[in-house]
Amino acid sequence: MLDTFELAGKKYTSRLIVGTGKYRDFEETRRAVEASGAQIVTVAVRRVNITDANKENLLDYLSPERFTILPNTAGCYTADEAIRTARLAREAGVGTLVKLEVIGDQKTLFPDVPATIEAATVLVREGFDVLPYINDDPIAAKKLEEIGCAAVMPLAAPIGSGLGIRNPFNIMIILEHSKVPVIVDAGVGTASDAAVAMELGCDAVLMNTAIASAKDPLLMAEAMRLGVEAGRKAFLAGRIPRKLYATASSPLDGLIAR
Amino acid sequence: MRVVINGEEQIVQDGISVADLVVALGLNRRRIAVELNQQIVAREAYEQRQLAADDALEIVTFVGGG
Repeated sequence: MLDTFELAGKKYTSRLIVGTGKYRDFEETRRAVEASGAQIVTVAVRRVNITDANKENLLDYLSPERFTILPNTAGCYTADEAIRTARLAREAGVGTLVKLEVIGDQKTLFPDVPATIEAATVLVREGFDVLPYINDDPIAAKKLEEIGCAAVMPLAAPIGSGLGIRNPFNIMIILEHSKVPVIVDAGVGTASDAAVAMELGCDAVLMNTAIASAKDPLLMAEAMRLGVEAGRKAFLAGRIPRKLYATASSPLDGLIAR
Repeated sequence: MRVVINGEEQIVQDGISVADLVVALGLNRRRIAVELNQQIVAREAYEQRQLAADDALEIVTFVGGG
């Protein structure tokens, strides 16, 4: 049976969501997205360059007909800024999904959870499919689910840190209680981190820097695709329990010289 | 008349419509969104919506981001 992941009423076969920031150019972005197998890509909303308007647009390389475009509210520090940014993104015509980020602090880029809840409340009411970026905090996840968010997106570690999942136990608690998809967002460093997220039972993983800032982004994109697939299959297969002592793999009967 | 576009003062033709401004700036209207004095202007309303002196516009598009 095909293993699909459903987000805001749409089914996806890829559980890897990738960002489009930090690449050298749009062509490299396109090739990395291609190699990652992602069907959902995040984008940021920014002022157009009015003095050089004829520059190419990212969406000329990543067609909204082919990819689900997930605009973010990155860089917003208040609920109002995030709400305005989300409304502009929807008006730009890529649908109702929004990755809601309300940042609380420049150094950690940790979310301002009360402001995120405030913005999510407004945006859900306005018909957005809100995917909030939050701490690995089960209570915040629960509140955002109750508001009507389409998923919750706890961080693995600070954005761009590459530290991997710092608190798998909190992610496990979020997973146990969540009825909406749980997507690990931010902090993944390498393929094994992505695999761990999937092995825990997360529905998907979202990353940008780990691929875009790797020495070879295209190869890392492929590694992440395989890491996510491996982790997902391992989760479905059901891992063995951890034990302190050994259990022999070879039969004990028929040993020579006994 | 003077308006503010993306935080910068610009001189535009008196009473210009959002549609004509978008064309004058060389923008693809399918890839942008416009906010006029903090209110979204729907794409279908670009033709009718005229600017007044001292209006503040935000014109945004999608760029790479995570």
